[in-house]
Amino acid sequence: MSATLTEKILARAAGAATVLPGEIVTVGVDLAMMHDSGGPRRVKPMLERLGAKVWNPDKVVVVSDHYVPAIDAESAEILDLTRKWVKSAGIARFFDMRGICHVVLPENGLIHPGMMAVGGDSHSPTGGAFGAFMVGIGATEMLGVLVTGEIWLKVPATRRFHWDGRLQPGVSAKDMILRLCAEVDPDDMNYRVAELAGPAITALGMPERMTLCNMTAELGAKTGLIEPDATTAEWLARTGVPEAHALVAAWQGDRDAPVEAVHRYDASALGPQVAAPHNPANSGDIGRHLGQRVDQAYIGACTGAKLDDLQMAARVLKGRKVAPGTRLLIAPATTRTTEQAIKDGTLATLTEAGAILLPSGCGACAGLGAGLLADGEVCIASTARNFKGRMGSGTAAVWLGSPYSVAAAAVAGQIADPREML
Amino acid sequence: MIAGLTHVYGDRIDTDLLAPGAYMKKPIAELARHCLEAVDPKFVTRVKPGDIVVGGSQFGAGSSREQAAYALLLNGVACVLAVSFARIFYRNALNLGLPALTCPTAREIAPGIELSVDPVAGVAIEVATGRRHDCEPIPPHLMAMIGAGGLLPYLEQRSGRTP
Repeated sequence: MSATLTEKILARAAGAATVLPGEIVTVGVDLAMMHDSGGPRRVKPMLERLGAKVWNPDKVVVVSDHYVPAIDAESAEILDLTRKWVKSAGIARFFDMRGICHVVLPENGLIHPGMMAVGGDSHSPTGGAFGAFMVGIGATEMLGVLVTGEIWLKVPATRRFHWDGRLQPGVSAKDMILRLCAEVDPDDMNYRVAELAGPAITALGMPERMTLCNMTAELGAKTGLIEPDATTAEWLARTGVPEAHALVAAWQGDRDAPVEAVHRYDASALGPQVAAPHNPANSGDIGRHLGQRVDQAYIGACTGAKLDDLQMAARVLKGRKVAPGTRLLIAPATTRTTEQAIKDGTLATLTEAGAILLPSGCGACAGLGAGLLADGEVCIASTARNFKGRMGSGTAAVWLGSPYSVAAAAVAGQIADPREML
Repeated sequence: MIAGLTHVYGDRIDTDLLAPGAYMKKPIAELARHCLEAVDPKFVTRVKPGDIVVGGSQFGAGSSREQAAYALLLNGVACVLAVSFARIFYRNALNLGLPALTCPTAREIAPGIELSVDPVAGVAIEVATGRRHDCEPIPPHLMAMIGAGGLLPYLEQRSGRTP
């Protein structure tokens, strides 16, 4: 019987020959990822109440990325607890202040095609860019995984978003996913997998695929998924994953496997998109919002501060300056991103334009670190979410755009079409 | 059976509204005092134990933070009715002992009225008018977990570890 990639992964993880959409199955977890906010500080007291231990510390990865670096005694305590717990639980794979979990995992070759993975964070679908089935869960759910190594879930139906054509200069994966946020009813995506496919997807590198899968969370999907291919294999091999090509070959959906729906889009016809406050669903063509004043431009988060994202911003900012009265803050997704951006000259381009560098971490995107907004301020960000109050004041307004569009707004002091600056 | 006054909000009550990021590092009791303040600063002072929060579509969209459901519980909310729930919030709510009921007609429920809810039967009734709203029932075995106060106390009970 033919099966989608999701069904194949879940069948393998459930120890079943096949599984069908709608079926509730208990699956073994290959990888459980937690961060400092929803992780140890929440699960430690629950594990103690149950007198239970982590089922397999080798399958657990902990990343401190939310309260880093500590900005006060409370965040310092959270990090201290995280470090102590990781040690006592015998978890070797702990990435302390090295960047945001969803980017740290693939940087270190920890997420593979065919994996059944859970993450204590809603942007865990990022792992789907690598052909893994990775879902976000809450802390009590994570407790169950840590104790048993298993989780129950409903096998999701697959909805395929097929992108023909090819992205035009100045247009990126972020624009594709913002378009989907505007067009897709999240109620249609509940308990569904958003599979991204087609020539425009295949043409993307892994960081851009990560941006797409990352924001399937905003579509309301259970997770996102892209079938692995030669681009995936190249990334896996480079990050030290053994048998990368064999893994990719082994984890393909059947071509004739039925899916719930196929939605077709043309990447060639897509221009830059921005999302108006206070929801990614308020996305539309950038042309409708030109001239909107911007106090702060922010390039950061798991969604929009990978090396590729910084390079996009640098293409706009090269030889230009941030507008007076506007500030451009950049928090590279990981410390390795910073290293790479130093080596290839990207960082110098950004700082010469007037960008201010912030530490790697979730920071301003989640309203936690430096770079928050005052009452009435307007920000455009390369992040995933612009919920009311998320980046500081409840009366601040956050717009979302691609790194190109955020950089262009920083230069113009208002929302501007980045294609005119390339 | 749950009976309480309704607090009605619209679509996409997200996790940042329920548990604002700025207070996430604070003790949960303090975080809970800021629940919904960006859309309704008076919510935490008006809400009484046993009250019911009613939402539109995609209630709890966004973060996986369990505190979004926890903050409602700490404010005494006895259940949430919504046209639809974001998946992670839904599981978090049940795991923490907060019944979350999918109710297609939730948008027609007025604020400040008394509602009586039977989660297992999947019925909400407006006490004054008798109007009935059908909801997706919560299976009895899940209600047993919810009734115990969520997954953790339920596991403790079952393992005989209850203090």
